[in-house]
Amino acid sequence: MATETMATGNEGGAGDNERLEAANGSGFFTLLRTELLLALRSRADIVNPLLFFVTVLAMMPLGIGPDPDMLARMAPGLIWVMALLATLLSQEALFRGDFEDGSLEQLSLQPQPLYFAVLAKVAVHWLVTGLPLAVLSPMLGMMLNLPSAGYLPLVISLLLGTASLSLIGAVGAALTVALRRPGLLLALIIMPLYVPVLIFGTGTVQAALDGYSYSAQLAVLAAILAAASALAPLAAAGAIRISLDH
Amino acid sequence: MAWQWFHRLGSPRWFYQKSSAWLPWLGGAGLILLLVGCVWGLGFAPEDAKQGNSYRIMYIHVPAAFLALAGYYIMAICGAIGLIWKMKLSFVVMRAAAPIGAALTFISLFTGAVWGKPTWGTYWVWDARITSMLILFFLYLGVMALSGAFSREQSADKASALLALVGTVNIPIIYKSVDWWFTLHQPATLKLTEASTIDPSMFYPLITMIAGFYLFYAWVLTLHTRSLILQREWRTQWVRELLGQSSVATGSTR
Repeated sequence: MATETMATGNEGGAGDNERLEAANGSGFFTLLRTELLLALRSRADIVNPLLFFVTVLAMMPLGIGPDPDMLARMAPGLIWVMALLATLLSQEALFRGDFEDGSLEQLSLQPQPLYFAVLAKVAVHWLVTGLPLAVLSPMLGMMLNLPSAGYLPLVISLLLGTASLSLIGAVGAALTVALRRPGLLLALIIMPLYVPVLIFGTGTVQAALDGYSYSAQLAVLAAILAAASALAPLAAAGAIRISLDH
Repeated sequence: MAWQWFHRLGSPRWFYQKSSAWLPWLGGAGLILLLVGCVWGLGFAPEDAKQGNSYRIMYIHVPAAFLALAGYYIMAICGAIGLIWKMKLSFVVMRAAAPIGAALTFISLFTGAVWGKPTWGTYWVWDARITSMLILFFLYLGVMALSGAFSREQSADKASALLALVGTVNIPIIYKSVDWWFTLHQPATLKLTEASTIDPSMFYPLITMIAGFYLFYAWVLTLHTRSLILQREWRTQWVRELLGQSSVATGSTR
């Protein structure tokens, strides 16, 4: 019994104490720090999406064929679609743990708006998935024979784009958190909403490869990010309240 | 005082009783318009100079596409009304609108593909409008899948209403981005016929068909809403009375 509480205490106990502090009113940054600590302590959650990203991309040449020209043409799209899938798959767990142990309910009872709690959780999700994906992407671009002109736009577009993906996906994660097996459903409801980010993300890299300026595409991605960070946490907060009611 | 009608509208029972008087009018007018439009468009409208007779599928395709899009907004607005004013009926209408809208989107995609074969030489093109219709279809399916996943009706209502609203914010962005993507890719110059350049002899049957589709949509939506109301309220006194009466009525006619 004691060892059991010790074992769970490693993950949950530290977090719960810190969450209490957050509940005492220190706000957004306390929650951000807490969530980041929790995320960093469960390494599998960080490594798995990245491994998924790399593994599936390594499957691509095996399926399509090793022709360098064709791979180079498909590289931006392939990397972007895989980044999208990796974000989506890791998003399912965004609110799950907190929902199951009741801390999501505590968060929703806090005096500070749920908006900031969602924003903090999404920021952490992006820091541990989107950011590493973007940093890793040039290596994958190299493996897929992406011309070097595409590296910088790929990284910048992924940095901006995956943040939007995390925000939009949070709405889906919040809507499905009360369901038992949300995996496929989450993909079904969120994929269509990812379309603009995907189009402008690959568009950025494609424009750079064709030798055009890509600042317009980046501006649109940044605009999508601005709109998503204003609206998506609101929708996700509403969805969390619906899920808690369930 | 002025809001009395609005509050009354929230009651599924009131709607059920009132709508039974609307049904024959909506259904009758819709079917007559559809029949007239079909005969006029398919039989009497002139043949297209370039496309021959194959353009006639437009009389199904265009109204279906119109209503597929309008249906999404109807669904989302009903969801918003339900979330804001906690109106039971509005959620029921929203839930009823989802499968109808999805079916219309499918019809417009399917007829578009059938039309594409003789005119473009291919069933499917990643054209901006086709692609955004396909995404609209996925949005509908998402709302339906989400509402089907909850075991409690209230949660299903609210969750799918929220998803429909999020989709509404996204539809213009998706449409614009797909449009942009299409112009970037520059495929073969394929264009859908512009509505403004259409000849009046083809336009009037089209307008008749669009009006007919609207009325037909309203009819089907009302019917589906009524059946959902009965399914949901089956425990209540008035539904039991209604069902009891009808069973007595059918019993007596036998």
